[in-house]
Amino acid sequence: MLTLTSDIATPYHRLRAGGKLAALCVATVALFWLGSVPGMAAGLAVVAGLYLVPGWRFFRQGLRLLTPVWFFVALVIVWHIVMGQAMSGLVIALRLIAAVALANLVTMTTRFDDLTDVVMWLLSPLRSLGLNTAPLGFAIVLVVRFIPVLMDKAHKLIEAWRARSARRVGWQIALPITLIAIDDAEHVAEALRARGGMVPPEET
Amino acid sequence: MERHITLIALFAALIAVLGLVPKFTLASGIPITAQGMGIMLCGTVLGARRGALAVLLFLGLVALGLPLLAGGRGGLGVFAGPTVGFLIGFPVAAFVTGWITEKMRGTPVFPAALIAAILGGILVLYIPGILGMTAMLDMTVAQASLSMAPFIPGDLIKAGLAAALTASLYKARPTSVLSRS
Repeated sequence: MLTLTSDIATPYHRLRAGGKLAALCVATVALFWLGSVPGMAAGLAVVAGLYLVPGWRFFRQGLRLLTPVWFFVALVIVWHIVMGQAMSGLVIALRLIAAVALANLVTMTTRFDDLTDVVMWLLSPLRSLGLNTAPLGFAIVLVVRFIPVLMDKAHKLIEAWRARSARRVGWQIALPITLIAIDDAEHVAEALRARGGMVPPEET
Repeated sequence: MERHITLIALFAALIAVLGLVPKFTLASGIPITAQGMGIMLCGTVLGARRGALAVLLFLGLVALGLPLLAGGRGGLGVFAGPTVGFLIGFPVAAFVTGWITEKMRGTPVFPAALIAAILGGILVLYIPGILGMTAMLDMTVAQASLSMAPFIPGDLIKAGLAAALTASLYKARPTSVLSRS
């Protein structure tokens, strides 16, 4: 399963996931407090510095992940220049880049499993209230497994269409794909029930 | 219990897979992706509560770093970006879509799902989406709304497809359409 976690080893990988998330929250709030162009530029410089610590290759990987942001950055700057408020446009654009880059940094340096553990830990108060959080962990595993299976079946159906028809693959393909998927889900559910069903919450 | 969890997980996966469908471009030059249709389907097929849960599950996985949003986006960064309002609106949209589908039990599936998908999947989704854009990009509500207008034809097509799909699904697998069972 493809994730956005970087394969380049960085010092940040060793930090605890929970700590990184907390720091991200604080830093994002701080970014929204800094109102001036120099302040924001300094903030962005710090973020860029964080990306440069592991080296150029990591920095470029980070830039690639920022691609979707540039469109909005251009939109904001052009818009504010038209409105005669170039400076406030610049602040917003810088903040946007810094906030997204910072969040991406956490994503790039934290393993999927570690983040899942943080989520389960955050949910632990619910467990003491008597709610069963095990189905959530189970559902996460199911989705991660369903996605490639679903893609594979969709590909096979599309190939079957192409082999039999000169017309382009149309939206009608969505129905058989969904049907196969739903039948699969029902089979999985049946198999689970046959093996004793969902595990009840552990008594502690 | 197992059945509901697997169906919720399946639809979360379906939103992701629909996001990977190559986008096609309308005559107006606006690209549309199938991901929004996944949100609508969650509501029309799974109903309010389970549909919203499926969307929340999908968003959770995006936040955990899987690149499942249309265009291969994902990670915590998307929640700090200008489209965050739409992400917040996704589960609400699925809930409202599902709620309307459930309330219109007396109406045949296609029209009920169509109305639900338009009201929930477009109208309800655009409100937080536009508010998010005004907050993140310092635009006025009117400007942000105007910038969304080109997407409406594509979204109407998606609502039509979602409704047609729900109706066919209801014929083929009536017990799997939880909003009607």
